[in-house]
Amino acid sequence: MDAVSQLQRQFVEYTTSLYREGYLDDQFTQLQKLQDESNPDFVVEVVTLFFEDSEKLLNNLTTALQQENIDYKQVDAHVHQFKGSSSSIGAQRVKNVCVVFRNYCDEKNLDGCVLCLQQAKNEYILIRNKLEALFNLEQQILQAGGSVPMMA
Amino acid sequence: MVHEMEDDHVEDMEVEVLSSMWPEDIDEAGKRFNLEKPGLHEDMLEDLAFVEEPSIVDFKRLVELTSYSEKGSSQLAYLVKNWEYKQENAVRLLREELENLSKQQHEVQLKKLEIFEEHRFEESYVGDKRPVSVLGEGYEIFQDVPKKRNDFVVQDKRVEIDAEYDTVIYWKQKALHLGKLLEESVQREHILLEKLEESIENLEKQSSPVEELSQILKRADNFLHFVLQNAPVVIGHQDNELRYRFIYNHFPSLREEDIIGKTDVEIFKGGGVKESQDFKREVLERGIPGKREITFETELFGAKTFLIYVEPVFSKDGEKIGVNYMGMEITDQVKKREKMAKLREEIAVQKAKEKELNKTIHITEETMRAKQMLATMSHEIRSPLSGVVSMAEILSTTKLDKDQKQLLGVMLSSGDLVLQLINDILDLSKVESGVMKLEATKFRPREVIKHVLQTAAASLKKMLILEGHVADDVPLEIIGDVLRIRQILTNLISNAIKFTHQGKVQINLYVIPDPNSEGKQEPKINTNTDDSSISSKTDLQLNGNEENEPQLHETVVWIRCDVKDTGIGIPETALPNLFKKYMQAGADTARKYGGTGLGLAICKQLVELMGGHLTVSSKEHCGSTFTFILPHKVSHPCDGSDDTDEFGDMAGNESSDDDITCGFFQFQPHTLGSVFSSKDRISVFPEDLYSISSKVTHKEINSMDDDSSCFDTSSEPESSSKCNSENENTNSTAVASCSPSSKEDHVETWEARKDSNRSSECSSSGNREEVARSARKPKILLVEDQMVNVMVARRMMKQLNQDMDVVGNGAEAVRAVQSCTYDLILMDVCMPVMDGLQATRLIRSYETTGNWDEATKAGVDPHDSPSYEPGKRVPIIAMTANAMSESAEECFENGMDSFITKPVTLQKLKQCLEQYVE
Repeated sequence: MDAVSQLQRQFVEYTTSLYREGYLDDQFTQLQKLQDESNPDFVVEVVTLFFEDSEKLLNNLTTALQQENIDYKQVDAHVHQFKGSSSSIGAQRVKNVCVVFRNYCDEKNLDGCVLCLQQAKNEYILIRNKLEALFNLEQQILQAGGSVPMMA
Repeated sequence: MVHEMEDDHVEDMEVEVLSSMWPEDIDEAGKRFNLEKPGLHEDMLEDLAFVEEPSIVDFKRLVELTSYSEKGSSQLAYLVKNWEYKQENAVRLLREELENLSKQQHEVQLKKLEIFEEHRFEESYVGDKRPVSVLGEGYEIFQDVPKKRNDFVVQDKRVEIDAEYDTVIYWKQKALHLGKLLEESVQREHILLEKLEESIENLEKQSSPVEELSQILKRADNFLHFVLQNAPVVIGHQDNELRYRFIYNHFPSLREEDIIGKTDVEIFKGGGVKESQDFKREVLERGIPGKREITFETELFGAKTFLIYVEPVFSKDGEKIGVNYMGMEITDQVKKREKMAKLREEIAVQKAKEKELNKTIHITEETMRAKQMLATMSHEIRSPLSGVVSMAEILSTTKLDKDQKQLLGVMLSSGDLVLQLINDILDLSKVESGVMKLEATKFRPREVIKHVLQTAAASLKKMLILEGHVADDVPLEIIGDVLRIRQILTNLISNAIKFTHQGKVQINLYVIPDPNSEGKQEPKINTNTDDSSISSKTDLQLNGNEENEPQLHETVVWIRCDVKDTGIGIPETALPNLFKKYMQAGADTARKYGGTGLGLAICKQLVELMGGHLTVSSKEHCGSTFTFILPHKVSHPCDGSDDTDEFGDMAGNESSDDDITCGFFQFQPHTLGSVFSSKDRISVFPEDLYSISSKVTHKEINSMDDDSSCFDTSSEPESSSKCNSENENTNSTAVASCSPSSKEDHVETWEARKDSNRSSECSSSGNREEVARSARKPKILLVEDQMVNVMVARRMMKQLNQDMDVVGNGAEAVRAVQSCTYDLILMDVCMPVMDGLQATRLIRSYETTGNWDEATKAGVDPHDSPSYEPGKRVPIIAMTANAMSESAEECFENGMDSFITKPVTLQKLKQCLEQYVE
């Protein structure tokens, strides 16, 4: 029981830090609220979908930016999608990079785009690691017989 | 024998020295002075054929100079030294030669001595020989040498003779032998003498120093001529009175007698002459050489710049005796230099300008960004605030005690104020950032005036008379952005009412001649504002709009509108700031009357955006008049029937002929309604309409005839939607009409459209249908390409207890609509294959025409549509990630009803559902 409460506290602290450091925003809270007994893995499912989506998009973007004649419209469409999906799960920092990315796209600024892609990748990997760690904690709490604390 | 050997050794050494030291050519010494062999040099110079004319020389003076001036004497000293060195060298060589000779002589003497030693009787002969010494008496140094040797060598030496001693043969042989030796010796002596004489002769042949010096001088002179022949230099010497004593000038334009003995000032006239003379004098006085650039402007040369070097010349005892002067013409160089300097200066100026420009651009960009930011922020703030205010409004309709009502009242008015402020800011930033688009629709100015007054009267809390006069020559229908015009009028009216405590507020409308008086068809944009670019942009937009709706037979009328009150007036000092943002006439006014201070600024900008201008005249304590003039296109009544504009239609439906042409309206306290034109309305409006509009009760609304309800819809969206909410008797619909009533008409396009659309829908669907619809679950379609978003939205819908269909792009959405009837469509804007905007257009096209021709054209094959219900319009809500207002406007332009910004939240979705379904 002690272990559970410790894990729970850890979970709360970790989640709080994710919000505080801007990795996540309220949208993630929204997601968590949408999860209930009838749909216990909703957040994980959505986020996993997001991961798959993101990796595909990042690959597409990498390829698109390596072309000799860059189709900025296409790049912009990818970034738009990435922005949409990241904002849907509340991955705030990824979303913010996407906003800048789109500006560079408008300007057809290759250097800016490449830089943003790198940033987007970094931010994506960061949030993926963070979320995976969060889910891990959740699993641990559940296995220890506790319940995942609800964040306000 | 030892001696002999020694002697031999010495001789060997001397032979060696002799061969190496003996100069081949005495002139070798010349090489020490870095002068080339004169022969070669002279040959070269001969070819050049000197023109010696350029130098004009006062020879006497030159001689004086060379002999008396310090420089001259040092030069002479140098030459003398040179000569001396040469002589010394010659002497040294001669000495060496003499030494050799004396050595040889010495040997001879030694030999002689030997002989004499052996034959003492011949000794006297040797003594006789001595005076014949080659060296002579003058060379004392060498005299001792033979003596020493004499001392050293005086020893007995014998000549070996084979014959028996003291025999006759012996003596004979001896004598013979000696004779031979003597002969040889004499011969040698003779040769030596000859050589000596020869060398003496050589010595005599050497030129005298004077001759040689003058030769050197001549050479130097030639050399200088050679070098200076084509140099653009003037070299001269002036005495201590600055009179020319010597001048070398390659391009002489004056003769010798014109220059020598004269000063600069005496020779030339013009600019720079005096300066150069003064400079020379200064150098002479200070005794320090100096350089200076002087521009001469003389008749002789024209404008020429010279670089002048002047150095003082001192006599041997240090007295200044004149100056040496050297000038070089550098006119071209100076010109070039000046050009360069000018260029540099220009470049610097250019750079500074560029920098300034960049700064300005940067600031402008920043400002634009800030404005956009403000717009976005305001937009974001408005949505939740609308929620708060509308909730409060609903709350006010429930059972509350007196205290609660009072509190709620405060809450509502504060909320209204904030909302109004935000709307103002939004409008302002829209105009300023150029995203505000004007619409060109047909409207009836009389009705606009009437409705504005009506609305104002509805919330009037003072004993004021509101009047409207429209002159007869104002056309029945004109084209313009009626929403904006209404906004301006409402703003000015509410302003007038606010500051008027008794009397009346009037609107006068009449036609004026074109202020540009050229009779131009296009509205002239008045660029009073700082943002002329925006105005001109608007001009384009205006024209663009006109092109979109081509109207034949168009003429432009300028209509002037006065909004006159009998209020407190505006002090003259406050007039200049009146139209500035956040400015009110005074701090007191702001405290007393409230308001954001944005209203007039918005009015002005809107008027200017439409190509007119807004002015004010006022007298304190008597009243103010705000006047704006606007250009309007006039369409001929014949094509008025084609007009599909809702407002025009509704107005047309409603108004009787009488109503259309009537030009005078009056609203009085407690009577409310137009005395002349709509008498029947007096009965329609309740007595207590002065209280806030939300108090309008169900029954009263029902008592309104259909016409008036429709009418109100176009004039006052908020109140109309409230009416509808009452009609439907559902609280949730009231939430939908999230815009609270306020004195200022919210003429945000989308709100107005949303609400009017809403109302039209309501009026078409009766109560029975309403009940039927709520019985079944609404059919919702989500058009979204991103799985993550789909998943989230689906889950949210589930929580809201709703099902929905999902398709992945616009084309699929069109197909879905073709095969099924939906109650609500949530449409992503940015999608592959077909975006949300196009899909919406196609669906709307179907709704108006009943066929899918447009869709087929766009490549979506039609299915069998279930059943076409004319007039049915499915609400389409855009889901957009771009929160900017322009994107929202794009949505509305394409026929969408509202939009929710991504990320979609449960709250937003819920609101949306409540507003559009059920």
